[in-house]
Amino acid sequence: MISISNVTKHHKGASRPAVDGVSFEIERGDFVFLVGASGSGKSTLLRLMLREEIASKGQIYVLGQNLVTVASRKVPVLRRKMGVVFQDFRLLPNKTVFQNVAFSLEVIGKSSAFISVAVPEVLALVGLGEKSHNYPNELSGGEQQRVALARAIVNKPDLLLADEPTGNLDPATSADIVALLEKINQAGTTIVMATHDVGIVNRLKRRVIELREGVIVRDDKKSGYETALPTTDQIELAAASEEQQ
Amino acid sequence: MKLGFVFREIGQSLSRNVSMIISIVLVTFLSLTFVGTAGLLQAQIGQMKTYWYDRAQVAIYLCTDTSPSDACPQGEASVDVKASVEAALRAPALQPFVETAYFENHQAAYDKFQEQFKGNAVAKYVTPKQLNETFWVKVKDPEKSAVIVESFTGVAGVEEVRDQRSYLEQIFSILNAASIAAVGIASIMLASAVLLISTTIRLSAFSRRREIGIMRLVGASNFYIQLPFILEGVVAATIGSLLASGAVVAIVQFFVQGYLAARLPLTSFVGLDDALLLTPILLAAGIGLAALASGVAIRRYLKI
Repeated sequence: MISISNVTKHHKGASRPAVDGVSFEIERGDFVFLVGASGSGKSTLLRLMLREEIASKGQIYVLGQNLVTVASRKVPVLRRKMGVVFQDFRLLPNKTVFQNVAFSLEVIGKSSAFISVAVPEVLALVGLGEKSHNYPNELSGGEQQRVALARAIVNKPDLLLADEPTGNLDPATSADIVALLEKINQAGTTIVMATHDVGIVNRLKRRVIELREGVIVRDDKKSGYETALPTTDQIELAAASEEQQ
Repeated sequence: MKLGFVFREIGQSLSRNVSMIISIVLVTFLSLTFVGTAGLLQAQIGQMKTYWYDRAQVAIYLCTDTSPSDACPQGEASVDVKASVEAALRAPALQPFVETAYFENHQAAYDKFQEQFKGNAVAKYVTPKQLNETFWVKVKDPEKSAVIVESFTGVAGVEEVRDQRSYLEQIFSILNAASIAAVGIASIMLASAVLLISTTIRLSAFSRRREIGIMRLVGASNFYIQLPFILEGVVAATIGSLLASGAVVAIVQFFVQGYLAARLPLTSFVGLDDALLLTPILLAAGIGLAALASGVAIRRYLKI
């Protein structure tokens, strides 16, 4: 599914590489967490897998294509087999929930017959069947992320990349989103999720790849995640106790 | 490829940038109208050249009693002078250049003058004696009329030798300068049209950056992403060039044929066929420029 060997990405003007000699493989159907502090190279790694960026050194195979050598005109076809979600949802504010999801199918030339079936189906899957005619600003953060997820998976991708999908959400809503991701994973989609959220990582007990300053410091199957940074649960507790005082 | 979707996107984009689109339309309209006008002037010059060069003659004006004394110290040209000029024109030396030559005496010149200036006050005061007797020479090759001019200039009894083409050359050089000026103005305006188109597309791409970002992520093809932008510029420029074509046809129809031709009946002017010949050129120029400007702008501002 994904094979990354000795990949280095050096951004112009940066003192050290964003990703430095990273190697790992991800099998079909895996659910993998990429963890690490801000600037550790998680997002760069995801962008490399999307071919938003091209590796300075090393080889990246995604869905059978070598992303370092693939011709730019073949990239769109490759991306149709991938879904992406971001921390900031990236919905179109002037389109309804339905139109936001339909847009991603329209622009790759799907027929309106296909769209009229596929969109309600995926909206039901993410639990937004009732809200298909609402606009994004009428939805909660969690609901907006569900729309973004619906958009990412409506074309039944083999691979879903999630860049801190719960970064803007409270813990309860985050848990809902993660539950949804697990559901998508169980249906056969490989998921790579970059996150800070220790609580989620520890609860799911999936494979964890930890990055520090662009280097892999840990790659454990079915593992948890320890960090010096306070977890969201701890921050919540601290905030609650401050309010009590 | 769903064309309905593409056209909906163009429609949205056009309505979002109405003022910029109008400015593209106006600038292409004006600049191509100038290009068209320059084309019309060139066609007019060509037409007048073929018409007048056939008819232009060299006039050998003989002295009269009223001629200025430095050219004609001995007053009215004598019979001998006439005979020698006529002989020279018939001589083998000038034969290769002269096609026909005829003599116009005082009375004939007077009659022609009366006809030309009918109703003008000057016709009443002029007498046959004051008008030059003239040898009208039609040359075989208009380019070699200088031979005749040089042969008779300064000959005693000849006041002046004049190639009629020299009058025409002045008119042509004025028309030529006007058409060069039109092309100059047009090229500055076309340059600004190109810049306007690329700025508009840049703005349009910026205002649609969210959509473009999502299109790229979900795997829309480059062609699909770029087409609305290229078509946007091309549609605006096409409207501009259609207006310019209409303006060129209207100039010929109403100004040249309707106004000028009615007032200058002896001149042949460019007609609608010349204008219609220009319209496809203007359309092609407008559309080509827009496609080029859009292409360059997209390459710069829509990196995929």
